Amino acid sequence: MPTAHICSIVPISKTVGANRIVPSVAIPHPLGDPEKSPEEETQIRRGLVEKALTALETEIAEQRVFD
Amino acid sequence: MPGKIRVIHYINQFFGGLGGEEKGSLAPQWFIGPRGPGSLIQQLAPEIEVVGTIVVGDNYMAEHLDEGAAKIIALLETEIARDKGLRPNLVMAGPAFAAGRYGMSCGAVCQSVQETFGIPAVTAMHPDNPALDIYRQALTVVRAEADVMGMRAALEGMVRVGRKLVAGEDIDPQTDGTIPRGLRQNYFAETTGAERAIEMLMRKLRGEEIGTEYPMPVFSRVPPAAPVADMGSATLALVTSGGIVPRGNPDRIESANASKYGEYSLEGLDRLSADSHQSVHGGYDTTYANEDPNRVLPLDVVRDLVREGRIGRLHETYFATVGNATSVKRAEAYGREIAAKLVNVGVQAVILTST
Amino acid sequence: MTLTLQRHAVQTVQLGDTPGIADGTLTVDAEAVRDHLMSRDERLADIRVGLALPGEATRIVCVKDVMQPRLKTAGAEPGSGTVRVLDNVAVVTCGPIVAFQEGVIDMSGPGADYTPFSRMPLVVLETAVGAGVSRQDHEEALRSTGLEAAAFIARSCIEAEPDAIETVAWETPNADPDLPRIAYVYMVLSQGLLHDNYVLGRNAKDGLPITADPRIAFETAIVSGNCVSACDKNTTFHHQNNPLIAELLRGHGANWDFAGMVISNASTRLSQKQRAAEAAVKLVADLKVDGAIVSKEGFGNPDSDLMMLVRGLEQAGIKASAITDEFAGIEGESQSLADVTPEADATVSVGNANERVQLPAMATTFGPLPDVVRLAGGYPYSLREDGSLEVELQAIIGSTNQLGFSRLSCREV
Repeated sequence: MPTAHICSIVPISKTVGANRIVPSVAIPHPLGDPEKSPEEETQIRRGLVEKALTALETEIAEQRVFD
Repeated sequence: MPGKIRVIHYINQFFGGLGGEEKGSLAPQWFIGPRGPGSLIQQLAPEIEVVGTIVVGDNYMAEHLDEGAAKIIALLETEIARDKGLRPNLVMAGPAFAAGRYGMSCGAVCQSVQETFGIPAVTAMHPDNPALDIYRQALTVVRAEADVMGMRAALEGMVRVGRKLVAGEDIDPQTDGTIPRGLRQNYFAETTGAERAIEMLMRKLRGEEIGTEYPMPVFSRVPPAAPVADMGSATLALVTSGGIVPRGNPDRIESANASKYGEYSLEGLDRLSADSHQSVHGGYDTTYANEDPNRVLPLDVVRDLVREGRIGRLHETYFATVGNATSVKRAEAYGREIAAKLVNVGVQAVILTST
Repeated sequence: MTLTLQRHAVQTVQLGDTPGIADGTLTVDAEAVRDHLMSRDERLADIRVGLALPGEATRIVCVKDVMQPRLKTAGAEPGSGTVRVLDNVAVVTCGPIVAFQEGVIDMSGPGADYTPFSRMPLVVLETAVGAGVSRQDHEEALRSTGLEAAAFIARSCIEAEPDAIETVAWETPNADPDLPRIAYVYMVLSQGLLHDNYVLGRNAKDGLPITADPRIAFETAIVSGNCVSACDKNTTFHHQNNPLIAELLRGHGANWDFAGMVISNASTRLSQKQRAAEAAVKLVADLKVDGAIVSKEGFGNPDSDLMMLVRGLEQAGIKASAITDEFAGIEGESQSLADVTPEADATVSVGNANERVQLPAMATTFGPLPDVVRLAGGYPYSLREDGSLEVELQAIIGSTNQLGFSRLSCREV
């Protein structure tokens, strides 16, 4: 089944073979940013998940980074 | 006899002198002493005594590989019970050269002997023998030529390596003529890593053979799965390698090289919180994840998106493990298991978050 | 400009009332050390000062850092001046765990083979902080306490005559054009709590990469705040005794021209990693070198930093060699690195950290033994009732050090 990988270090995700890759914010907080307000964080998080959903709905022939 | 290495030799019907292809279905036969190439083994190494030989037809083994190996183990146990003097220090199989069926049966027998009796086993194959795909990691295999012209050399190799195995010495493919098992093994070098790194650079600058200690691998790829037509009518599951678990880590998932993954309910939860969940991942600063676990497992926004109809359904269980120092092989195994579980309950897509 | 190291060869360490060194015996006044440390930091609740000697049945757990007593006594410029050094002794901080990454030192038994610190007497500070102290403050308090203790002990020997004077000269550019010109790329982690390092007093998050005089390492300019994992944490001691810098200086002018050192960091954001690698490669290229050696800290995402640096150097026409450890699974059956690049064709391996070892029970323990099960490299079942341990090499301080300090290596069988 299709899987969207939300992760910070895209080269690693590519190396280990993930096909649908969504670059995230940073290692300790992939779907958040403590330097932003809670509302901004939620928006960032939502944006990343929406990108992941788009990736899941997209036909691909090889590895692709969705950013 | 003191000082003697007692060997039991496993060969097929052809090398056992019992016939050709027409005898391929021969069930395991036991003979006292050496047969066929076994005599040459004794000539090459006076301290080796081939105390017994097992002969089995190639087709017999090809058709019943596991039962055949079990039968051979049983046969060995019977004969050893009858005469303790037969208890071997070492089992030798083949050489199988490039023969696939023979390679498979030699592999199965060696592996069973190692696992059941805890004694070393050695065989010999040509690097193209298809049995190596299956048995390479588990066994010590001497590099042999493609056919019987390489018999003497193969047996010499098996004798040399066999002696080392019995003595408990490490085998080095570079110097012992074995086929690399593809396992990484620690050892203490003569010089420090720093000295070796400088020397290696000097060799590279001089255009000499570099002698890298870790050749860069090529990772295997999985073809991309077909997309979901519309996530608005699909079931999504969440998986994370970021170590987000219910507070208290009920399954005691380790902070590194996790030996398991957890399955946790999301029922009744609109979002994760510092009270309900925590991160047990030992490879990153967990301060931010502990403050707000949604930063690693985005339950809050996923719930919103389900309410808005952008996602059909969220599967009410999520999977978590710790991706810190967890070997790729283990991670692949977890992935396969989790995927199977999700497919079984009708999940159609996964979002995997990593730190 | 010279750096002079005034070296004392410590032979034995004892606790006593008259601190200092005489005839090879270092005396440490435990009470004076404790009082001095407690008085300067109110976050500390208690410190137990003890000794762990080579060969003893002693185990130290939840080690935060190891540092060598070194004190700069003269010289304003980093990399030159005078430094007092006590050889063959180290200070170890340990105590209740901050997070998962602190490690173990065994002074005897199989575990002793995997750490350099089993071969020297250790002054152990088992340190606890007050209730309510944050994790950040806990880490900082122990780091600062350890460094201060090491300096305090070095200071107690100032009056004594050193056993050896070592002058470390380093002139560049070197005169001989026939020698290969090489640089050293020094990667330090900058990834947050228990994953940070400090360079010339600054958190490694800021101000890197830079080109620096390689001798600054010898005056404790690089301090460890990183603990992940114990096996490939570069302790402050490792930084002070960086084997690559020492060896490159030894052969400078004879076997090669050691053109310089670039310190670079490894952050948590991809864009930062890429920017740092690009900038570091540019600094190396400015040194006009033929080759460079890259050292590393940590594993997993730092594998990416290593590969970016190596790829960048090679693409800039600079031949590179690199040092890394491996996480190849218990039997060595799995893929060792998270990231690879074909240009990394000159790689030194310093061992598979997933290999397991059986460590016997020890008569004396510093630090909370039950916390071993929470360490990276430990398991829920790591600690047995009799006090013996089964852990991965990952949990042993210095076992797979990626400055290349030790002799452990790994090969395919």
